[in-house]
Amino acid sequence: MIGGTGFRRIAQIGASLGASRGRLMTAAALPDEGSPGFRCLDTYGYVTVGYGYCKSPSYQETPLTEAADSTDFVQLLDQAGRRVEHPTFAYAGTDTDIAASLRDMVLARRIDTEATALQRKGELGLWPPLLGQEAAQIGSARATREPDLIIPSYREHGVAWCWGIDPVDLLGTFRGTAMVDWPSRPDGFHLYSFVIGTQTLHAVGMAMALQRDGLVGNDDPSANGAAVVYFGDGATSQGDVNEAFIFAASYAAPVVFFCQNNQYAISEPIALQSRIPLYRRAAGFGFPGVRVDGNDVLAVQAVTEWAIEHARSGKGPVLIEAYTYRMGAHTTSDDPTKYRRAEEEEQWRAKDPIERVKTYLLGTGANDQAWLDALAAESEQLAERLRAGCVALPEPVLSEQWQHAYAEMPDLLVRQRAEYLAYEASFEVAK
Amino acid sequence: MTKALNAGLRRALGADPKVLVFGEDIGKLGGVFRVTEGLQAEFGPDRVVDSPLAESGIVGASVGLALRGYRPVVEIQFDGFVYPAFDQIVSQVSRMRFRSHGRFSVPMVIRIPYGGGIGAIEHHSESPEAYFAHTPGLKVVTCSNPLDAYWMIQQAIADDDPVIFFEPKRRYHEKGEVDTEAADAPMSLYQARVIKPGTDATLLAYGPMVRTCVEAAIAAEKEGRSLEVVDLRSLSPLDDATILASVRRTGRAIVVHEAVGTLGMGAEIAARIQAECFYELQAPVLRVTGYDLPYPPSRTEDGYLPDLDRVLDAVDRSLAY
Repeated sequence: MIGGTGFRRIAQIGASLGASRGRLMTAAALPDEGSPGFRCLDTYGYVTVGYGYCKSPSYQETPLTEAADSTDFVQLLDQAGRRVEHPTFAYAGTDTDIAASLRDMVLARRIDTEATALQRKGELGLWPPLLGQEAAQIGSARATREPDLIIPSYREHGVAWCWGIDPVDLLGTFRGTAMVDWPSRPDGFHLYSFVIGTQTLHAVGMAMALQRDGLVGNDDPSANGAAVVYFGDGATSQGDVNEAFIFAASYAAPVVFFCQNNQYAISEPIALQSRIPLYRRAAGFGFPGVRVDGNDVLAVQAVTEWAIEHARSGKGPVLIEAYTYRMGAHTTSDDPTKYRRAEEEEQWRAKDPIERVKTYLLGTGANDQAWLDALAAESEQLAERLRAGCVALPEPVLSEQWQHAYAEMPDLLVRQRAEYLAYEASFEVAK
Repeated sequence: MTKALNAGLRRALGADPKVLVFGEDIGKLGGVFRVTEGLQAEFGPDRVVDSPLAESGIVGASVGLALRGYRPVVEIQFDGFVYPAFDQIVSQVSRMRFRSHGRFSVPMVIRIPYGGGIGAIEHHSESPEAYFAHTPGLKVVTCSNPLDAYWMIQQAIADDDPVIFFEPKRRYHEKGEVDTEAADAPMSLYQARVIKPGTDATLLAYGPMVRTCVEAAIAAEKEGRSLEVVDLRSLSPLDDATILASVRRTGRAIVVHEAVGTLGMGAEIAARIQAECFYELQAPVLRVTGYDLPYPPSRTEDGYLPDLDRVLDAVDRSLAY
């Protein structure tokens, strides 16, 4: 009886706020402490109620497909390339900035398609494509700057590009010539992470370090930083990610949890991971969650800028769900035809993150076809550099691997390395 | 071998309605290695269950299913992804029987593709078997060929104790004859097998290294040396009788595994041999293993992994002792 009463009570709150359902970033829902929305709703948790979690009277009635409701997000440039007004978010940049974003997206895609081609030719062991997720990555990355910290998963090639990492370095990891550190990697861009979700906790710790280093909540906003951690929809099922949410909330750590919901954890659709839209999970942990059109580079940048500023200023973490689509395979080892329909991919192709920006810029006259042609030529040059750079990557030497296991090599390893070298040398003599 | 495992799982699912298969991408996709291909179509999504992406969740929920009479067969997608479930396996799965004074068992199988040699990125080439063999309450087995794969998976499922079932992923495409009509398994799950008899030294191996050792033995034959190859099959419990009998015959033993040497299976086996066969030994027990490093970049793995030459190098040293 107690449980039933509690449940209906939540449902009633949902009904009274019915109008706000789906309009996730109304002013009342903005989580600034002291705002009317925060005060009037804090009994039940400000975000939960403000974001309309209680739409349905029972869990069972929440349709599985709700998580795939693509209209429920912040959008500033629609798929036809038209600017869209939003009550809360606006893109602060100029058409010149948009053209710069387009350039980054086009080049990121070219890096990606070239890497996929290199894998097909046997030059890489594996490649996890970002195809379709260019806006999510470029838009969010362009909202960051030092001393922000970037904590990637393993698909953030576009973010790496924006942070000045040489894409040839990335190839080394997937060619098997290197682990995950790269000569061109700046300190603020952490190592790629392959065990799903683990990096979210590392991001919390890095954010706690920012707090202790006096890099959060300063009057001078340029002195503040936040940790931006990337993960996917599948990762949200991992214990580590949920623990990261809890830790970040507990310490009001400056973390932007940037979830690229690309609809699939390899073969498993988002509905298997979550019965509610992912951004609403943040409510239960006590911090704001926002869903953004992950294929709209303007909206992604605007929302990320707001979230990072929120974190940098000391107000705590934010979850961004960038609603996008993995147009390619999970990795080059994967075959998506086994688990999804071609029509679905076709529908998403119409929402391409790059085409809409081209349409927009040509429409406003900010850029012309000649500019696009020059960009295409630039991307071909980049691809050429990747092809040449990939095969020229230095081969790793096994004997050097012993140096990186400990700060100082223990005797056992010293001996083992010497034995290995002697063993290898025995073949040289035999020749 | 993938087809043999698939056929074994199919037979187990057909024979016992309490058997479930549980893991990431195992349903529609049929697993990233296609070991569970077609099983969901045949047995339905209640028995072949795609799980959310959480290894601790998969194993922990399987404990609950097992406690209520089901026999979950869990797939961990890659060796390096088992660690999020380590707490559930080591603290819960392994000791439920002990904690309940023998009343409860957790008859589950945890399948783990393991080992290197496939040019993978990090966390996809690990050999974590010793962690589990070190844990009382767990049984740990590994197949080296399709026939064993077919029978061992069924025997593991039928076992009333939890079994960690390691599958050598670099051998997934090995071919071999399997009689799926045969009524019974040719031997106990926990018995080692002498794959190739010999007289000069014993090579003790399991999983992916069995083939390497057989090839080494064939090469040694051309040099006039007769090597015996024992496929351990079960790492916990170890089939001491077969191991010790072989070493008593040959007087020399070399343990071969991909996992790092320190506190690996070779350490345990060497300790048992020296304790039981001290006077029969003609040479110290040697180990050929992965080096004591995290698994290195894949372009160096050929040097990191034991191969025919490293095995024969150890044979030379043993025989020269």
